[in-house]
Amino acid sequence: MHPAPSVIIFTTFSGLGFGLLAWMGLGIPDVGGMTLFAFFVIAYVLAAGGLLASTFHLGNKKNAIYAFSQWRTSWLSREGVAAVATLLLFGLVALARIFLGAEMAFSGAIGSVFALITVFTTSMIYTQLKTISRWNQPLTPILFLLHAIGGGALLAGEAKIAGVLLAALAVVMWLHWQQGDARAAKRGTLGDATGLGHLGEVRMFESGHTARNYVLDEMVYRVGRKHAQKLRLIALGLAAVLPAAILLLTPAGHVTAFIALALHIAGAIIGRWLFFAEAEHVVGLYYGK
Amino acid sequence: MTALPAKTDMKLGLVIDLDTCVGCHGCVTACKGWNTQNYGAPLSDQDAYGADPSGTFLNRVFSYEAQQEGCASQTVHMPRSCLHCEDAPCVTVCPTGASYKREEDGIVLVDEDRCIGCGLCAWSCPYGARELDREAGIMKKCTLCVDRIYNENLPEEDRVPACVRTCPSGARHFGDLGDPESDVSKLVADRGGFDLMPDLGTKPVNKYLPPRPKDQLDTTPLNTVADEPKGFLGWLDKALDKL
Repeated sequence: MHPAPSVIIFTTFSGLGFGLLAWMGLGIPDVGGMTLFAFFVIAYVLAAGGLLASTFHLGNKKNAIYAFSQWRTSWLSREGVAAVATLLLFGLVALARIFLGAEMAFSGAIGSVFALITVFTTSMIYTQLKTISRWNQPLTPILFLLHAIGGGALLAGEAKIAGVLLAALAVVMWLHWQQGDARAAKRGTLGDATGLGHLGEVRMFESGHTARNYVLDEMVYRVGRKHAQKLRLIALGLAAVLPAAILLLTPAGHVTAFIALALHIAGAIIGRWLFFAEAEHVVGLYYGK
Repeated sequence: MTALPAKTDMKLGLVIDLDTCVGCHGCVTACKGWNTQNYGAPLSDQDAYGADPSGTFLNRVFSYEAQQEGCASQTVHMPRSCLHCEDAPCVTVCPTGASYKREEDGIVLVDEDRCIGCGLCAWSCPYGARELDREAGIMKKCTLCVDRIYNENLPEEDRVPACVRTCPSGARHFGDLGDPESDVSKLVADRGGFDLMPDLGTKPVNKYLPPRPKDQLDTTPLNTVADEPKGFLGWLDKALDKL
C-alpha cells in the first residue's frame, strides 16, 4: 500500500495524543494549573493535528462534513464521530480542571474510554479490510492501542508503566509481523485471482495498461518490501525495545524520559511507514505482483 | 445510508465470455468515451501526451497466458470492471454515504456530491475496480451505464452498457442475473460461469464464462537441428575462433 505521509502522521500522532488523553482522563499526571494546561495543549495538538493531517490526502475536502454520517456501517465514519466526541468531552474536563480546580473524575474516566475507543476505531479502518490480509488480523487493534497507551504513558511521565507497556508493544509488534507474514503468504496466486488456475500455470501476458494508474500507485506499492526485515528491526528497537530498556533499567528522570520519547516517536513513524509500505493488497495478484 | 439493501429487485450485471474475448480493448475505449461525456465528472487524463501519461478508466482488459506442463500455452483476455457485488465492501466502508447500492437493480454507484475522495472504498475492493479521478478528486467506477440502460431517448438497441454495445466479438452480455429465466442467467448456467475470488465473500453479480476446453496438437517443440556446425560452417567456426 502507498504510505501516504498524511496517513502516517495522522495515525502516529493522533494515536499518541489520544493515548495521552486516555491517561489524563484518569488524572495522570497529577498536576494542575498551567502545567495541566500545557499537557492538554500537547494532547490536543497531537490528536487534533493528526486528524487534520488525515484530511490532506482527501480528494474532495468540501464534502468532509458528510463523513460523520455513516457511523452505523463505516469504521472511518465512527472514527470521526469518536474523535470529535472525545475532543469535545475533554474540552469540558480541561476547562473545569484548569480554571475551576474541579476533579471531574467521572467525566475524565468516560473521556479515557472514548479516547481508547477512538484509537480502536482508527485501527479498525485497517483491520476490517479483507483485501489486505496482513492487516486483517486481531492483533492490529492491539498494536494500535499499545502504541497509543504506551506512548501516552511516556508523554504523561509515567516512566515505569510506559516501560512495561512498550515491552508489551515489542512482543505484539513481533507477533503482528509473524502473523502478517503467514497471512500474506496465503494470499493466493494469479491462477486463483483470475479463476483460470485449472488451465495450468497462469502468467501475465499484457497488463491492462502500459502506464501507471491509481490502482498501481495506491495498492501495488512494493518499495517497502525490499528492506522490510531491516526496517522491522529498526522500528522494533527504536519504538519499543530501547525505550522500554531505558525506562525500566535507568532511574526515572526528565533526560531519560525525553530520550525514550524521541526514540519511540522515530521508531513509531518508521513502523507505521512499514505498516503501509509492506502491506500486500490482493489486487496485486492481477498484475502478477 | 451506506448499509447494503437486504435484497435487490433485480441484479443487473455483465456476463463476460473469456472464450470469445479477443482483447481488442474496444470496450475500454467505448466506456471511457461514454463516461467522459455523460453522467458525472469526466474521466480525466494526466500528462496524456507527455512522458508519464495516466488516466482514469472504469474498465481495463488484462491478458494472461495459461500453460499446462508440456503443452502449448493459451492466451486469455480478461476485461475487469466493477462486479456490482451483492455484498459490496466498498459500500459499507464509505464514511459519507456516497457509495451506495441501488435497491431496485443492484447497481453500485457513487454520489459525487458526497464523495470526499478518501479512497477507502478502492482499498476495500479486491478487483481494482475503482479509480480516484486525479482531476476531480472523486472516486469513479462502472455505473453499468445507468444513463443508457433506462434512457428512452436512445434507440432500444442502444439501451445496454457502452462496453456491451461496442464489443465486436459478442463477448459481453448484459441482463438481470437475479432472474433465473433471463438470457444471461441461462448462459451462466450453460457455460459454468464463475465468480472472481469468491472466497472473499463479496458475491459478485458479474460472471465470467471460462474458456472452452482446447484440443492439444500432437506435436513437440521443434528440436534444434544445428547445435554443432559441420562442413564449411564448421571450418568457418574454427577459423573464426582462431582469429
